Amino acid sequence: MKVEDVPQDLKYFKDTVMRDVTYAVDKDGNYTSVMSDGWSVKNDALDITLEDINEECEAIRQRVLAGETSLLEYHAAKNFMAVDLLSDYTGFSKRTIRKHFDPNTFSQLDGETLNKYADVLRITVEELKSVPK
Amino acid sequence: MELKFEHRPAAHCENGVISNMLRFYGFELSEPMIFGLASGMFFSHMPFVKMAGMAVTSFRTFPGILFSRISKLFGFKITTKRYLNEKKAIADMEKVLLSGKPVGCVVGMYYLPYVPLEYRFHFNGHNICIVGKDEQTGEYIVSDPNAVEKVRITKKDLIKVRFAKGGTYPLLGQMYWIESVPNELPDLVPMIKKAIKKNCWLMTSQPKWLPYFGVNGIYYLSRRIKNWEKEMGPRKASLNLAQIIRMLEEIGTGGAGFRYMFGAFLQEAAQKTGIEELNDYSKRITDIGDLWRDFAYKAARIFKKRQGETYTYEDLSEVLYKIAVLEEKFYKELKTVV
Repeated sequence: MKVEDVPQDLKYFKDTVMRDVTYAVDKDGNYTSVMSDGWSVKNDALDITLEDINEECEAIRQRVLAGETSLLEYHAAKNFMAVDLLSDYTGFSKRTIRKHFDPNTFSQLDGETLNKYADVLRITVEELKSVPK
Repeated sequence: MELKFEHRPAAHCENGVISNMLRFYGFELSEPMIFGLASGMFFSHMPFVKMAGMAVTSFRTFPGILFSRISKLFGFKITTKRYLNEKKAIADMEKVLLSGKPVGCVVGMYYLPYVPLEYRFHFNGHNICIVGKDEQTGEYIVSDPNAVEKVRITKKDLIKVRFAKGGTYPLLGQMYWIESVPNELPDLVPMIKKAIKKNCWLMTSQPKWLPYFGVNGIYYLSRRIKNWEKEMGPRKASLNLAQIIRMLEEIGTGGAGFRYMFGAFLQEAAQKTGIEELNDYSKRITDIGDLWRDFAYKAARIFKKRQGETYTYEDLSEVLYKIAVLEEKFYKELKTVV
């Protein structure tokens, strides 16, 4: 790849300190490192991966609205957290977490438990308790 | 306090941390040189190792290997530690830092505050280097090779990323630092030759019945990818393609799954050893890298179609086959010039 062909397709790196370093060949044939804002092809690959997770989350959100599951399941999926990983992070057993997927049990959880989940899921307790649009 | 540590961004986190650390100790080695000396180039496609339910495809050696290979080559004394106790993991890190040594940490991406949210998957193999502490705020000053400048992280977040969880690969606060360095670097020329030979061996030595590694792996993926759409359906197949593109380009490879970085290494190697032919090999692997980019481009057009461009899994299989043939020839011939 030539230096002038290094893609600069800024999307997910926008407003962050993260960038790609790419190795490319200059006009004299010498390799040099070039800062890149990203490549649309990679952005597309990340897009489709995130779209897939979002579709899964939307299906869970519909079940939340129908009263079939709790918001905990939604936010866990949104953060790519399977039950076993959520269990590792919170210290709650998988069985306990599955119980908290029941809307009635979830609505009665105490502040401490909710705090724990919110912290692990990188959101506030308010967000954890409200249905996203 | 902050160490006099020059931060330079790098393509890959592990090479980058090593390169920056060595510079701190007065040894100037480029990222491609470190990658090449450690024989870092590889390929594997392993249907029996799954990530998010998909076969893992990788373009380099396993994490952590570069660091141990380089330190062995040069005779640096490295200490690596893991912890059960979070407080002790932080206290020990501060102690090493105060003694004037930068500390490398293996961390998870999920809680890294300065990384865009979309990149914060549960990936527990990122490397950062702690180079100072702001006594006023209590934050640590971090050199992350994938960031353009030094960044900061709170103690709370640092504990979280150092103790990232995950059934198969929990981190246990893993950290490492250079204990002592030799007075001068040993002669690079024999090391370069040996490293190139070893890398050629790594890519081509596997018997035909072992299809997952080296150039065998590229042939193998070329055979498998043809049937993905039929076997998995369009959606799942697309997700598998996306995963390969992300391994090829996203996780700091310097472009084309480290092929360009290896090209840069061969060019530097030609200079250092005086073996002119290595420049030709640098050009050849650059062309192979361009083919890998072509593969990524065509793969992305399958799941994100643009008008006038239609590619099939058959097309992808062909590109991969072409790459495999070229790479096989490349390593077999390269081996003979060093």
